[in-house]
This record gives sequence, C-alpha cells and structure tokens, in this order.
Amino acid sequence: MTDLPEFDAYLSLAEVSEDDHRWAFGTGFTDPLAGLDVAVPPSIDAAALAAYCLMLGDDALIYSHRLQQWVTRAPELEEETALANIALDLLGQARMLLTRAGQAEGAAGSKGRDEDQLAFFRDEGEYRNVRLAERADADFAELVARLLVFSAWRLALLRQLTSAADPVLAAIADKGAKELAYHRDYAAGWVIRLGDGTDFSHARMQAGLEAVWPLTGELFTPHPVEAALPGVAADVAALRAEFDAAVDAVLAEATLRKPESRPLARVAGRAGRDGVHTEAMGYILAELQSIARAHPDATW
Amino acid sequence: MPPSADWPLFEVFLRGKRGLNHVHVGSLHAADPEMALRHARDLYTRRNEAVSIWVVPASAITASSPDEKDPFFAPAADKVYRHPTFYQIPDDIPHI
Repeated sequence: MTDLPEFDAYLSLAEVSEDDHRWAFGTGFTDPLAGLDVAVPPSIDAAALAAYCLMLGDDALIYSHRLQQWVTRAPELEEETALANIALDLLGQARMLLTRAGQAEGAAGSKGRDEDQLAFFRDEGEYRNVRLAERADADFAELVARLLVFSAWRLALLRQLTSAADPVLAAIADKGAKELAYHRDYAAGWVIRLGDGTDFSHARMQAGLEAVWPLTGELFTPHPVEAALPGVAADVAALRAEFDAAVDAVLAEATLRKPESRPLARVAGRAGRDGVHTEAMGYILAELQSIARAHPDATW
Repeated sequence: MPPSADWPLFEVFLRGKRGLNHVHVGSLHAADPEMALRHARDLYTRRNEAVSIWVVPASAITASSPDEKDPFFAPAADKVYRHPTFYQIPDDIPHI
C-alpha cells in the first residue's frame, strides 16, 4: 500500500504553495492597494480629501458597528454569520478610508493621524457619517430595510468613485463595490422574502421600510467638501437614479410601497456630514471607544 | 413545499481554485436552495476557499448504511493490485 496522506477536505481546497503548508484554508489573498503610490496627487486639495475620506470611512465604521451588535442576536446562526461578514467588509473599507484620511491630513501639512487615532480619539461632533449609519435596528425587518437603502446608495457611490482622480480612493472603491454588490443582494433577498411572504411579514417589512426612509434624504444632499474635490468626489445628487432603479425593482418584487415620508430634519441646516448626529451616536462611540481610551496605546 | 417551523438541511460542496472536483465541506439550514447558496457563501467561503459552490438538499442524498459496511467495503480491503502503486508517478503529476 502507498502511504496516502490523510484526506482533508479543506486542505484539498486551498491553493497551497510550497511554503504555505501550514494553512488549512484558502491562501492566495490579495492586497487591494498593492503597488499604489500613496502620495496625494498635487492637483487635489489634500485637506478636502482628508475630510471626504473621513465621511466615507465613518459611514462604514459606524454602520459596521451597528451590524456587529446583531451578532448573538440574529434569528438564525447562518444569518448571523452573513451579517458579521458584511460588518467585516465595511470595517475593512473603514480601515482603508481612515488610513487614507490620515495620509491626506499629513499631505495637507498637519500631523497625519493613523486609523486608530481617527476611530478611537475623535468625539461625536468630529464624526462625519450620515445619520442612517448610526440608527439602531429595532427588528430584523428594519435591519434589512436599512441595509438595502445603505448598500444600494453606497454601491452607486463607490461605482462613481472607481474613476476618482485619487488612485488610492479609486482602488478602495473598486474593492468595496464588489462587497457592496453582495450586501445589496443579501438585503434585497430578505426584503423580497418578507415583503412577499405572509400578511404578517409583509406588514412588518413595510413598517421597517417606513422607519428608515426619513434618513434617505440626507444621502443625496451635496456637501461643500464634495464641491472642493472636482474629479475626485462623487456627485451624490446623481446617485439617485441608480438608487431608485435598484430599490424600486426590489420593492416591486416584494409587493411593498415606497414610503413618501419627509426627510429627517436638519439641525440649523446641519446633519451627519457636519457632525450633527442623533442620540444613538453617543452610545455607539461609548462602546466603540471606551477600551481604547482607557488604555491608550495598548497593544494586543 | 408546506410551511415548516424549521428550515431543511442542505449539504455544501465547494470547488477550490486549483480546478479539482467539488468536495463536501459541511451542511447548513436554509429555507430554499437559493438561500442555501448564500448561506454556503457566508459560512464556508470566508477564507478564500472556493470559486464554485453546490448545495444539495440533505433529503436528496441516499447514503450507505453502517450495517452494510462489511458487505459493501470489506471485499476491497485485500485487493492491493487495484491501486496504481507498481509504477513511478512523475513528481509534476499531482492529484492521481
């Protein structure tokens, strides 16, 4: 008899190279920013780029945190893993965008902060995420309604950014767009399943949609930082068509009504992008930042 | 399919990047095959393991019984000549 190695399903699936035998899982991972020059192109307003990357990074960081809070609370184990995967995708986007924000800060002449300093040592008023990202989901229907709205919007946004004049931002957007396509698909699947399900699930799904809808207006409101970045920042007002097409198709299949509620009011003309947040934000930051602030510069 | 309180079981098969055959890696619960495919993606391909997924309802699998172990498998145990062990396999020909 030949001495056959013990058969391991995962080992056989992994793309194992000569010096990689210790990995039982897949290898061949790629770095989305490999080979890119991280210097900010001189034609770009570096301070505005830093502010813009903070906006997009904060959206991902805060939304990721909200999704992480579903872990141990999701209705099925399989859904819990799906939500954790989505949260991890967004956390990865947040890390790259906050890192880019810090690089742009440095290029603008100030002391560039790293991703941890930006995530853990800014106060609420310095966070630039849209208020949709910070909303707590009251139930699974609200969760998938909010995820559909957020991912349909962010996918359209990142698709525009794949041709941004900043090569790093374009590379981050290119990676993120593939992730967002799956997030939107996942959310759409559940919105259709619940909307076109029983009378009870339909009513709950419609209620979830109504609950998050007032937060959509802010997504398409242009901001002065975007105007300062021609050729770089996305034109958010122009995202509406792709967003509407995607969401309308899902709602039609789900037999749901598109809400007509008014957008959540701004405070003295300011909203999430200006650092004005809802009450939920303080609780998120307390949970997110308390360890890092209690033990500054700790490593583990 | 009648309504049910519990989702049925599906078996998951993955094919890795090397172009090998699909391999059984585990099982999961899902309401229908489409959801099973997504769950399989989320549970079993998180570490870059696969480029293709099959899901099969566990109820569709006919399995051999442990009671039949001897009549099924014992007769092959002494027939070493069925293995391709009597000639050299070149180093650069894997997966035989």
